[in-house]
Amino acid sequence: MSGHSTGRIDKPGFGLLIDRTKPMSFTFDGRLFNGYHGDTIASALYGAGQVLLSRSFKYHRPRGALTMNGLDANTLVQVADEPNVRADLHPISSGLAVKSINHLGSLERDAFSVMDYFSRFLPVGFYYKTFFRPAGIWKYFERPIRIMAGLGTLDPRAEHKYYDKSYLFADVVVIGSGPAGLEAAIAAAEAGADTLLIEEMSELGGSLLYGRIGDSRDAADTLRRDLVAKARSLTNLTILTETVVSGLFTDGWVAAIGGNRLYKIRTREAIVAAGSFDQPIVFRNNDRPGILFATAAQRLMRLYGVRPGNRAVIATSNAFGYEAALDMLDAGGEVAAIVDLGTTSAPAVEAARARGIRIVNNATLVDAKGYLRVESIGVASITGHGKTSNVTDWITCDCVLISVGCSPALNLASHAGAKVVFDEALQMHRAVNPPVGVSLAGSAAGVWSPKLVATQAQATGAAAASRIKGEPAVGSPDITDHGAAAITHPYPIFKSGKGKEFIDFDEDLTVKDIINSVKDGYDDIQLVKRYSTAGLGPSQGRHANLNTIRVVGGVTGKPLEAIGTTTYRPPLVPEKFAHMAGRAFEPTRLTSMHRRHEELGAQFMTAGLWMRPAYYGAKDDAQRAIEDEVRAVRTAAGLIDVSTLGGLDVRGPDAAAFIDRMYTWAYEKQPVGRARYTLMTDMAGVVIDDGVACRLAPNHYYVTATTSGVDQVYRAMTWFNVQWKMDVDVANVTAAYSAVNLAGPKARAIVQSLATDIDFSKDAFPYMGVRTGTLAGIPVRILRVGFVGEAGYEIHCPAGYGEALWDTLMAAGKPHGLKPFGVEAQRILRLEKGHIIVGQDTDGLTNPIEAGMDWALAKKKAFYVGKRSIEMQAAKGITRKLVGFTVIDSSAPVPKECHLVIRGGQIVGRITSVVKSPTLGKVVGLAYLPLDMTDVGQRFEIRVDGVMVSAEVVPTPFYDPDNARQEL
Amino acid sequence: MPFALLKYALSREHPDDPHFRWKPDLKKTYDVIIIGAGGHGLAAAYHLAKDHGITNIAVLEKGWLAGGNTARNTTIVRANYLTPEGVAFYKESVELFRTLSNELDINVMYSERGHFTLAHTDAAMRTARWRAEVNKHMGVNSEVIDAAEVKRICPTMNVTDDARYPILGALYHPPGAIARHDAVAWGYAKEAMKRGVEVHTQTEVKKILIENGRAIGVETNRGVIHAAKVMQAVAGSSSHVARMAGLRLPIKTIPLQACVSEPVKPILDQIVVSGSLHVYISQSARGEMVMGGATDPYGLYSSRSTLDFKESLMGHMLELFPFMGELRILRQWAGMADMTPDFSPVMGLTPVENYYIDAGWGTWGFKATPVCGKRMAECVATGRQPDLLKPFALSRFSTFDLVGEKGAASVGH
Repeated sequence: MSGHSTGRIDKPGFGLLIDRTKPMSFTFDGRLFNGYHGDTIASALYGAGQVLLSRSFKYHRPRGALTMNGLDANTLVQVADEPNVRADLHPISSGLAVKSINHLGSLERDAFSVMDYFSRFLPVGFYYKTFFRPAGIWKYFERPIRIMAGLGTLDPRAEHKYYDKSYLFADVVVIGSGPAGLEAAIAAAEAGADTLLIEEMSELGGSLLYGRIGDSRDAADTLRRDLVAKARSLTNLTILTETVVSGLFTDGWVAAIGGNRLYKIRTREAIVAAGSFDQPIVFRNNDRPGILFATAAQRLMRLYGVRPGNRAVIATSNAFGYEAALDMLDAGGEVAAIVDLGTTSAPAVEAARARGIRIVNNATLVDAKGYLRVESIGVASITGHGKTSNVTDWITCDCVLISVGCSPALNLASHAGAKVVFDEALQMHRAVNPPVGVSLAGSAAGVWSPKLVATQAQATGAAAASRIKGEPAVGSPDITDHGAAAITHPYPIFKSGKGKEFIDFDEDLTVKDIINSVKDGYDDIQLVKRYSTAGLGPSQGRHANLNTIRVVGGVTGKPLEAIGTTTYRPPLVPEKFAHMAGRAFEPTRLTSMHRRHEELGAQFMTAGLWMRPAYYGAKDDAQRAIEDEVRAVRTAAGLIDVSTLGGLDVRGPDAAAFIDRMYTWAYEKQPVGRARYTLMTDMAGVVIDDGVACRLAPNHYYVTATTSGVDQVYRAMTWFNVQWKMDVDVANVTAAYSAVNLAGPKARAIVQSLATDIDFSKDAFPYMGVRTGTLAGIPVRILRVGFVGEAGYEIHCPAGYGEALWDTLMAAGKPHGLKPFGVEAQRILRLEKGHIIVGQDTDGLTNPIEAGMDWALAKKKAFYVGKRSIEMQAAKGITRKLVGFTVIDSSAPVPKECHLVIRGGQIVGRITSVVKSPTLGKVVGLAYLPLDMTDVGQRFEIRVDGVMVSAEVVPTPFYDPDNARQEL
Repeated sequence: MPFALLKYALSREHPDDPHFRWKPDLKKTYDVIIIGAGGHGLAAAYHLAKDHGITNIAVLEKGWLAGGNTARNTTIVRANYLTPEGVAFYKESVELFRTLSNELDINVMYSERGHFTLAHTDAAMRTARWRAEVNKHMGVNSEVIDAAEVKRICPTMNVTDDARYPILGALYHPPGAIARHDAVAWGYAKEAMKRGVEVHTQTEVKKILIENGRAIGVETNRGVIHAAKVMQAVAGSSSHVARMAGLRLPIKTIPLQACVSEPVKPILDQIVVSGSLHVYISQSARGEMVMGGATDPYGLYSSRSTLDFKESLMGHMLELFPFMGELRILRQWAGMADMTPDFSPVMGLTPVENYYIDAGWGTWGFKATPVCGKRMAECVATGRQPDLLKPFALSRFSTFDLVGEKGAASVGH
């Protein structure tokens, strides 16, 4: 790896994060590289002389690290099946296989780099301007364009890895552990608040890890050690490192990601001390590898012991550039020149001058030579706003360090609801009016001078703590740092007219592209963003927005504060899908009898969160199994687990009146010990659920609801209960009870064979009766209802007895030919009996009259939910009705549910339920038909997979029309 | 390289051919005022100018051009609705979309990808068949397919029995497409402005002026302007604006969130929707996965984002596409969905004379942009409700002539 002008710095004070005693090797595009424990992919590659990391999105230009902090798209690589990995954050490990992305051929020789020469053909928004004539041609262009776009690659065979979530709680959360974050966290904790400090790096300190205070590295290091020691000594200050806060939500959630974990944090006060983002200087070829932010160079040197080159040129408009120059010298490198866009004065300037560095004032970079790495840099003097002299002084160098300004990291404050405005004096954006519980500290708050940072951050931390305690604040965090105005150059954009000056590295957008967006009529910053795609790439405009706004300001002549800015959207840093999914815990509800169903060979189906037996038997023998189950119910007895049915306990003096308002029928005079059918409609009169209401006591109803409907019924009940303020309590006891339906001609004999305190004789316990008591020692609520059209008992018991109830009944039923039956058989049985299923035989608009349920509408009641709407529809007259039908030709294809009824080429109706009835030996079903087709005996045509099948309206129930059997 | 780009390559300066020619000042009167410069309002303006010769139009926009729901939707176009009325309407929209790039002289990147509505329950299979039967009857290409066929068309999808909610089948709609939403709105704006229509952004309507039951103009933050006819097309604020005209709409406004991933090389061609799992996903031409889920559980006038949305979305997304776990979410946002009781839009005449409404689009306004623009223009120009819009009249809510499209909703609402 020698011969390259980079390398490791073998001096104290460099390489804070690496352990030189632990070398390790990894591969990049198949080539072996060495690094140390603690290195990132990018630092190790840089240390080994591999500055080129990637190819750009559109023009396939060579790119290298820009921020060394995971904030740019230049460092995206592929690691195994993980696309778009930030090489400057991802640690190396032994044997790690890293691949570069987005090129054809090799990273060094990318055949797609010809795109760079075609850029004249690719004006901003070019894809809107062509590829569409003649009509239909886009589909031929789209595929190659899709292949050219995109960065990393997904492997469809990749597995879902382990990720999880953790919930944390704190009085104060401090985001970022730079000097401001540390001071704020310490102040909050010292004031008694339970404080959580979150840092993305493995070490605390932020800029103190690599930067200087004034011209002194020691001062920064000492301050860091002092603050960290103090922070670590506070027992009510929790520190979370290698964790990044990605979102601060208006509903109070703080989202943070560390390793494979999503932390969901609840806090009363969030302090954003996330620092600021460096801003690039815009000049021709400003994207060449080796041109990087001064802070990135400092990170490379101090954190990883890697010198970014042997001979640097610094371009700066503030003291930070000079400080980086001193670091470069201390690291054993050479500084060819400091190009100062103005005339900075600071202690570091004097120190640099004292060490003999050439300083060129009022000058800027205008061009760069070198392709895979910068080789020399063109410097010219500044003659005006964005203008330079045409005399270029070329300086040989192998790296260029940029420090021409910053943009505070306001993203999180903005997510939480703060307004972002441009501050002309600071030449930076500021967050104003953050919501209660959100404050900013340090450079995020526009405060930079170390002394003021300490004062401001301490006041911010203390103020947060005092708000929590409800005490008056001591000291104000509202501090203006006038010195900060010297940091950000107002217009570091120098357009040469030839070549490419990049504004957005992710999207390969040049100054010309932004200017031309405005020329094309897209003069609002939001339109510029959408038309040019500025800021839409992986770094979400962190290094592009400010310069875009400046260029738009330049073209439109508007002041920057009038231009506004595009909206910050979460997340702050991209989040893996798997982080959000976590363990993707999806609850599955099993009834208390589930084990028994498994033992009996049940095939299960999902019913909402529940698993229910569809039928008992082998999959390839389903038809026979289902028919056997039907036969057992009709001829002997069947037992079905109906524990998933909703159960609601409604109690209180107003229970009857409440039920009367919720459901369409009349309940106030319903006797205790009786069940009554319930039909629920919404305010538009649409049928939404049904069940039965059992009056167990004058003030106590037990109401059943459908498996899928109970949650909505419960929600409706609680919602209306709040509105009506009735003296009633509603409890969803679905999970508290298990239930079975024992049905068939032998049902009574089976229950009578068990020890019980309930009189099951026909007269003592008639149809629609309800009894509570015990059955074989099990406490039960028994409803004599019949969904399947046979004598039957719906037996409810506390869920803990569910399995025992099942076993008891199965054993007692054995001599009587009892068989378990599943949902499939139940569907057939209920349809033979002509019972509707809400949601299947009703749709999103069905009113009770159309569904043939007018008998369940109480006419004399003053009110129920939906009454007004139903009465209006009744007065207007309905247009369709649900009727029973049978297919005339038994050899015709069997219609399926939702096949359509056609008359005169028009859709006039729909089949909602249909079955070839094993009991009746014919096809029966329910269908919506227009009113003039609903008379018994009328014929109609169903389109069955393209074939017209004749059917005839018949009365329901199809089976046992006189209801003799269920009332047996 | 297509010839259209030659003029850019051959000229030294960027050709001075702006898409939009903005007019700085508002006139005192117009023939038509359209409130809302989103896709719908701009399309209506375009068709008024092109089809009906009405060019003295002001399109007024509170924010920036097409910055509301037009900028926030997930760009899916389809005609696989449930009711014959809905299918007929969206079928015309799909037909207009197919030729839209040429019509508007801008590439709207209309890309037919094929659209799955996955079914994980018997109920969903029934609804799929219902939609397929109605679609086929109306001449729209939709089929119910089984799980094996889903797997054949989209091999990367997890179609296994051991999934928590196994896929039983799907409604497959081959014409289902995506388009570049911004380009649609820009194209309409460009062509409307070319014909003399004025678009005024940062112009907020504060009052609707009504005299003797007739709309006569509006009061804006830039002064009063009069017009013979006023139309509103302000998805997300429909109830607010309609109230200024004295109209109460049966609309509940609920946030609908969405997100995109970082761009990756093509791996998903189709549009995949699962109502049971509350997810939908497609991959854009740029390589981003564009994703959304159910509307938020409560009504709200705020386009804030939430964490829960992403958690719930991704839990289910990884069940469908387990290999996407390491892919990253780049950006999330929210739009506002104006939900009507029957999940169908409200278009056409109102009880206020000369006041026209285009509202209640819920989660599917973008896909109706061309047809709605065309037919609303017809309605405004003639003062009569076009046949295609008759089922969607505002009056249907007082007569219970609803158009039930809940079953055709992509995801739960």
